[in-house]
Amino acid sequence: MKLVVAIIKPSRLEDVRQALNSLDVHGMTVTEVRGYGRQKGHSEIYRGTEYAVHFLPKLKIEIALEDELVDPAATAISEAAQTGRIGDGKVFVLDLLAITRIRTGETGAAAL
Amino acid sequence: MSMTIVKHPGVAALALLALAAPAGGQEIAPPEAVTAAIDSGDTAWMLVSTLLVILMTIPGLALFYGGLVRAKNILSVLTQVFAGFALIALLWVGYGYSLAFAGPGEGGLSAFIGDFSNVLLGATGPDAVAGSIPELVFVCFQLTFACITSTLIVGGIAERMKFGAVMAFLALWFTFSYLPIAHMVWAEGGLFFTMGALDFAGGTVVHINSGVAALVAAIVLGPRLGYMKEPIAPHNLVFVFIGASLLWVGWFGFNAGSALAANGTAAQAFLNTITAPAAAALAWALAERLTRGHASALGAFSGAVAGLVAITPAAGFAGTAGAIVLGAVAGLVCLWAVVTLKPKLGYDDSLDVFGIHGVGGIVGALGTAIVAAPAMGGFGAADYSIAGQLLTQALAVGVAIVWSGVVTVVALLLVKALFGGLRVSDIRESDGLDLSSHGERAYN
Repeated sequence: MKLVVAIIKPSRLEDVRQALNSLDVHGMTVTEVRGYGRQKGHSEIYRGTEYAVHFLPKLKIEIALEDELVDPAATAISEAAQTGRIGDGKVFVLDLLAITRIRTGETGAAAL
Repeated sequence: MSMTIVKHPGVAALALLALAAPAGGQEIAPPEAVTAAIDSGDTAWMLVSTLLVILMTIPGLALFYGGLVRAKNILSVLTQVFAGFALIALLWVGYGYSLAFAGPGEGGLSAFIGDFSNVLLGATGPDAVAGSIPELVFVCFQLTFACITSTLIVGGIAERMKFGAVMAFLALWFTFSYLPIAHMVWAEGGLFFTMGALDFAGGTVVHINSGVAALVAAIVLGPRLGYMKEPIAPHNLVFVFIGASLLWVGWFGFNAGSALAANGTAAQAFLNTITAPAAAALAWALAERLTRGHASALGAFSGAVAGLVAITPAAGFAGTAGAIVLGAVAGLVCLWAVVTLKPKLGYDDSLDVFGIHGVGGIVGALGTAIVAAPAMGGFGAADYSIAGQLLTQALAVGVAIVWSGVVTVVALLLVKALFGGLRVSDIRESDGLDLSSHGERAYN
């Protein structure tokens, strides 16, 4: 089992969700985060005081998947989240050691 | 229609009549007072004006400032303004009105302060008359001025001062700076009154007074942690918008109400209170667009306030065109003060009280000398001399600046000794005053 973690631009969420849906991936967790990679921040001015804002708003998506779905999912996310401009984000794949479904107590693949 | 200024219209004339008003309570009023007519139109208007100015402070000023600070400090700002309003209101009724407006018109200290003859409004009951309105209405109207002037200073010391210290400082400053200056400008026998200084609604009494105090306090307190090093951006410009709008609308009570009657002067002041801030807001926005690349929302809101401040001393004296010009000039000068002067001098006047109220007030006070001239469409006397009036205004401005500055320093040092320091600790400042001073979060 793997945990796929993707950092994407907030405006791409709906497209990513639909792309994953068509792969029969039905669960995900979304967090509002801030970050930067190569994308520079921007500056804001309030009454003449200029601030460099380094961190940009992004979304972090986390999905637990069986191994077979990881590559299709990663590809689907990449394609749906891409705009072609710097700051599109990244997809990470982590090893997932254990899962429990809280309602029923199921563990392992049955809990995915 | 030509309007000539009765030398000190409205407020001062009222003060004189107030002295002649009968004592309230059980005493039988002398016959002359019984026939003194209350004009219900004037009275209704003045009650409404009073309400409008209250709205300027709560929630107008509170939200205007609240939106400009960080989320972790908004409650502290709202509370300082709210509690400050309540405190100054009570002090005004207790002894403020008496010291500002009671007392002999000459002799003794009458150039600088009134006396204690009307403590707790003992000499002013519901039947007392001042001009064409009940004197109590005048008391309430003036109360709202004292409250907003004092709470304006909160902007200069925001996000770092102990709550108790803020309250104690406001009480002291109100007593030793607001009251004397209000007396000097508006009461019979007052120094500036006698000099012939023109201040229709409180450019000096309210804005220069509080603006200078905020500057001095900001310097004495020192800058916020991280000032000029990390971003300290406004957390909610929507609140700033709401606050600015409430300030503008409420300001009609502030300016037009200072005519103390529902008449043509009030109407002109009302009109000027629309046009001056309009010109100022657009001037600021345009200048910002040209020099900084964007016309910002905060700039437009700030510009409007700057225009309102500047027109305050000139509201009933300026003609229509003069008000527009004064507003535009104020918008540009205050933009400069906030964007160029402040960073250059390095003081942390958190919310630009000096930049907008102090500088705007000075522009307004001096500008009044020009726009009040009949030659400029204003309503000065027939033998009006711009140069002469300019000198008078400058003198009054100078005295007010020094007076307010000195009182602020002394009051802060006293409060510092009393409270073992003015600022909260570094940790408390980092946590935010809402949590550390008030034990609350604004947003849950």
